[in-house]
Amino acid sequence: MMLSFFDQFMSPTYLGIPLIALALSLPWVLIPTPTNRWLNNRLLTLQGWFINRFTQQLMLPINLGGHKWAVLLTALMLLLITLNLLGLLPYTFTPTTQLSLNMGLAVPLWLATVIIGMRNQPTAALGHLLPEGTPIPLIPVLIIIETISLFIRPLALGVRLTANLTAGHLLIQLIATAAFVLLPMMPAVAILTSTVLFLLTLLEVAVAMIQAYVFVLLLSLYLQENV
Amino acid sequence: MFLIVNKLEPRKNAFTVFDLQTEYECTTDLFIVLSAVEILHALPLFFLAVPIAQRRLMDVKLGELPNWAATRDFTPNGILSAVRRGHDRFYNKYINVKRGGIGGVAMLLTGYVVLSYIWEYDHIKHDRWRKYH
Repeated sequence: MMLSFFDQFMSPTYLGIPLIALALSLPWVLIPTPTNRWLNNRLLTLQGWFINRFTQQLMLPINLGGHKWAVLLTALMLLLITLNLLGLLPYTFTPTTQLSLNMGLAVPLWLATVIIGMRNQPTAALGHLLPEGTPIPLIPVLIIIETISLFIRPLALGVRLTANLTAGHLLIQLIATAAFVLLPMMPAVAILTSTVLFLLTLLEVAVAMIQAYVFVLLLSLYLQENV
Repeated sequence: MFLIVNKLEPRKNAFTVFDLQTEYECTTDLFIVLSAVEILHALPLFFLAVPIAQRRLMDVKLGELPNWAATRDFTPNGILSAVRRGHDRFYNKYINVKRGGIGGVAMLLTGYVVLSYIWEYDHIKHDRWRKYH
């Protein structure tokens, strides 16, 4: 019983194909390519509306130089939101619970923003290491702190997404097991637990969407600083 | 006349007799046409049959299934194009319609859950054995 709670994060293999391959290819199926028709089907219309609104909101605070990142960031957002929400279905595998995937998404993108900043405007990029208005005795300490915080950003990005999703899935499994085990013994407590489970599931749906959004938002913030 | 008409009931690859009946009013012509059709009907089947590689899956007999499978393209490109074709068929039938509801996507998601269960079945079985010895 104890060790099996983490088994949902292992990707099983069947006929040589790991389940993560199926899970990663599902966003391609669920997000169809827009056609050049005037009126599309409902799914495409909804998706197109969402993409337009999201890109508009995301690109508002970013300068013109960062607008070439629009496609990448929106695609990233769509991928993360789809992966997270699909992971809430029973028996499915959530690729974003794997730290490797999240770090693989976070580190290159963060590094790209830093390199863009250092190459195009090195003074301004280095200037971010010292916030305005700091008292003079604090300057050396603060520069060290800011440098550390700069380098911890990709780690934080990746680990935040992983930890939130993993914790959510684990909680769901734990409370579901509790409700299931309590049902024959104390039905009243089981009903309470089931209510908690229902609320937790709603929370997980929200967390899935929010975490994806936060990831992309922070990336856009880093871009904004450096572009 | 009735007997001949019953033998030549309309089939997928054969032309209907009734059209011929309405067209040819003279009985001698009708006899000639019907006898020609009978001869055609009696010809060996492989002169009219479609080769197995070009038939659709629903037209392949069960015994010929391995032969049919051998003619299919199993290269990565072939598999990808087959997946693409299957996806296009499903998409155009259930999702790319004027008033598509939740049904199309729901079918996809249910299929995904079922597939995931199949992937994890081995693990679930071992879990069950471990819990209940």
